[in-house]
Amino acid sequence: MTSRGIVISDLTVGYDGPPVLDQVSLQVSSGGTVAVLGPSGSGKTTLLRALAGFVRPAQGRIEVDGKVLTGGPVLVAPERRGIGYVRQDGALFPHLDVTGNILFGLPRAERRRATQVGPLLELVGLSPSLARRRPDQLSGGQQQRVALARALAREPAVVLLDEPFSSLDTALRAATREATLTALTQRGATTVLVTHDQAEALSFADRIAVIFDGRIAQIGSPAEVYDAPATPEVGSFLGDTMLLAGQAAGGIVDCVLGTLELAEPATGKVLVMVRPEQVVLGDPSGPTAHVVSVAYQGPDAMVRLNLPNTAARLMARVPGRRAPQPGDEVGLAVPDPVRSFPDSPILPISG
Amino acid sequence: MPASSDLRVDAVIRYDEPTAAVPVVRSTRTPWYVMLAAILLAALVVAPVLVVFGQATSAGSAEASRLLFRPRTAELLRNTLLLVALTVPVTVLLGCGAAWLVERTTLPGPGIWRTLLLTPLAIPAFVSSYAWTSMLPSVQGLGGAVFVTALAYYPFVFLPVAALLRALDQGHLDAARSLGLTGLGAMLRVVVPLQRPAVAGGALLVALHLLAEFGVLQMMQYPTFTTAILQQFAVGFSNAAGSLLAAVLVVLCLGFLVVEVPLRGHARIARLGPGSGQRPVAHRLGAWTVPALAALAALVGLAVMVPAAIVVRWLARAISSGAVEAGPLLAATGSSIGLSVLAGLAATLAALPGAWLLHRYPSRLAAVLERVTYVASALPGVVIGLALVTLAVQWARPVYQTAALAVTAYTVLFLPRAMVAWRSGLAAAPTELIEASRSLGVSGLGTFARVVLPLVLPSALTGFVLVFLATVTELTATLLLAPTGTETLATAFWSASDELDYVASAPYAAAMIALSAPLTLLLRRQILDQR
Repeated sequence: MTSRGIVISDLTVGYDGPPVLDQVSLQVSSGGTVAVLGPSGSGKTTLLRALAGFVRPAQGRIEVDGKVLTGGPVLVAPERRGIGYVRQDGALFPHLDVTGNILFGLPRAERRRATQVGPLLELVGLSPSLARRRPDQLSGGQQQRVALARALAREPAVVLLDEPFSSLDTALRAATREATLTALTQRGATTVLVTHDQAEALSFADRIAVIFDGRIAQIGSPAEVYDAPATPEVGSFLGDTMLLAGQAAGGIVDCVLGTLELAEPATGKVLVMVRPEQVVLGDPSGPTAHVVSVAYQGPDAMVRLNLPNTAARLMARVPGRRAPQPGDEVGLAVPDPVRSFPDSPILPISG
Repeated sequence: MPASSDLRVDAVIRYDEPTAAVPVVRSTRTPWYVMLAAILLAALVVAPVLVVFGQATSAGSAEASRLLFRPRTAELLRNTLLLVALTVPVTVLLGCGAAWLVERTTLPGPGIWRTLLLTPLAIPAFVSSYAWTSMLPSVQGLGGAVFVTALAYYPFVFLPVAALLRALDQGHLDAARSLGLTGLGAMLRVVVPLQRPAVAGGALLVALHLLAEFGVLQMMQYPTFTTAILQQFAVGFSNAAGSLLAAVLVVLCLGFLVVEVPLRGHARIARLGPGSGQRPVAHRLGAWTVPALAALAALVGLAVMVPAAIVVRWLARAISSGAVEAGPLLAATGSSIGLSVLAGLAATLAALPGAWLLHRYPSRLAAVLERVTYVASALPGVVIGLALVTLAVQWARPVYQTAALAVTAYTVLFLPRAMVAWRSGLAAAPTELIEASRSLGVSGLGTFARVVLPLVLPSALTGFVLVFLATVTELTATLLLAPTGTETLATAFWSASDELDYVASAPYAAAMIALSAPLTLLLRRQILDQR
């Protein structure tokens, strides 16, 4: 039985020294969208380049729709893979206009007809009037969308996106991301997005692979990796996290925030993971904390707190208009169940 | 216990993205046909050098050491090194200074200056030395040689430096200033390092031309290895003494090539992507405008105007005395153009595999193959010429005394010009674009034709023009290898001026200048269109 989509098994890429990718296995179902999330240098770009055929791995295999592209002696040339690749800088050809760029990968006859340019530009949310512009007459977001249109013109089964939005400003980034996702969904392409931006990964993909130091740390849905991270490191990488020492007894745990409910039962010494948005301020029944600072961010605010009699510094994310003032004394509560990890030394993760 | 939990909170809560570039893993498999072509061409270039060494060693070691370790050799070595040591800094100063004034300041009329400053390329060094000596016999010896060669060769530095200065990104300068550097500091720590490959490459080219220069030094009566070798060959054809001197010259050339490597640095200057480069802001010259204009005018005047005026004066005398014969002049012009076009095409094509290899699949072998191409160009044309004659007579009799052998000699001699042009051009076709093309389904060769070639064609054209110019004015190899009965402009000029017949030389000198002049305009457009 051949499986549709991408199957990466046991992929190891190494050149002098420790491997860049260490036995990475990952499956992406056909039409699915996976985000590979990790800090710089974690090997995520190398994973993408191995998929595109620019890297010969030391071992492991890559299959797309049941066809072996990389594995053993096989290394299918990049141009024979039918895999679209959109880089961070777009890599538009400076000597060709938008039309020339979009049609670049098509057979000569289709290039001459040029009937696809308009629909492709519309697909990525650009005006067909841009067709004769040169790359240096486009904004960064427009360049990025043209690069996507160029990759989609060949109707690839798989599209790889290498941090395609990271050079765009916030407003442009959201719009470009939206347009990209829409275009990819319409084409039913299997998509792999590489990014170090947690919010981007969470909002873009239906599955997330977290990669640290060349190894997959966790694969799951956005909600799974955010709410139920496999390790404290994964949890911290996906968003602001408090890790507090605690004593678990079945379904509950004792820590500086009081007795909290556990999402999954545990016993003994544990690390309790609490996200700042799980903390509710103004509950008189909980422990009372001293507000150290408030970072107002519009829709919400990050409140930093001290607990009396402890050196604990805590964080709470609250709606912006309900933010307390520095110096206030507020009661804390964590009404929702929390996650815990077996207590073990935690090393800071260097990027 | 709470204290320890706090430490952990701080330890894992934030990740900072490191900004250092991550090394990119590449599949570095070199296509066999590129490697094969590069190796074959390197072999073609090396063959004459091997012939030279072969003939040099045929003398036997006792005879060899007697010939090598005599005062005459020491004098030639001193003369040659002195010429290089004095001329190269002058050309770097002139080339960089002129490029900076034209490209980075508010100097009036930069377009005109770009053209004027390149015009020395249209006047062969031996023609301007003929002009100077015919008017001022005191222009002689080392001083005269430095004067004429520096004025003739500074465009080799000016051309690449001006092109790079035009491509300079104001963003880099602004960043340097915002990091606390003064204008001068930014110049020293940003502009200069970026210019290093261009300056080093240009200076190397000047040094190699000085090693091979014959016409100027013969007229200035300043003996170097090259003039001495020619005298040796003139006395006794292909003798061991000449080959020994040639072998020393090869060693000198190798020395220069090795020295240039660390000077060049490792700058990678391709720029891409959103917010692509911003034109640099020009420095205000203010009160310095007039002195700057005067300096450039003096440079162009001495390098071009005066020699050209003298040639015109001799030409006028030739016309008025009825000494100009149309038939031989047209024939010489035709054969010069024909040979030069063929040589330009051959050298441009031949330089490509090596340059491509070095750009796309850099390795020690690729670097060696590239360096090798410089070796032959440092040898006097007559050495290459004689070596090719020897090879042809022994192994390829039918090509002896045909245009094919002459074109081969030009290719071997002028390959570095095409190579330098290709290399700067290939920097405009970075790997990112090549990979983008591959992932769009285009094969390696297709990518070359549709992405690399369009981007580097302007540079390839520059290379062609440089080889064409060099061939039109090539003298010594042409004297030996021109097909039987064929006179080129250079050889006809030389036989007349060798007899101090300034009037009869003038039409050929004027024709060489006229032929080269439009090409200088073409070169100018190259710098203008850069970026």
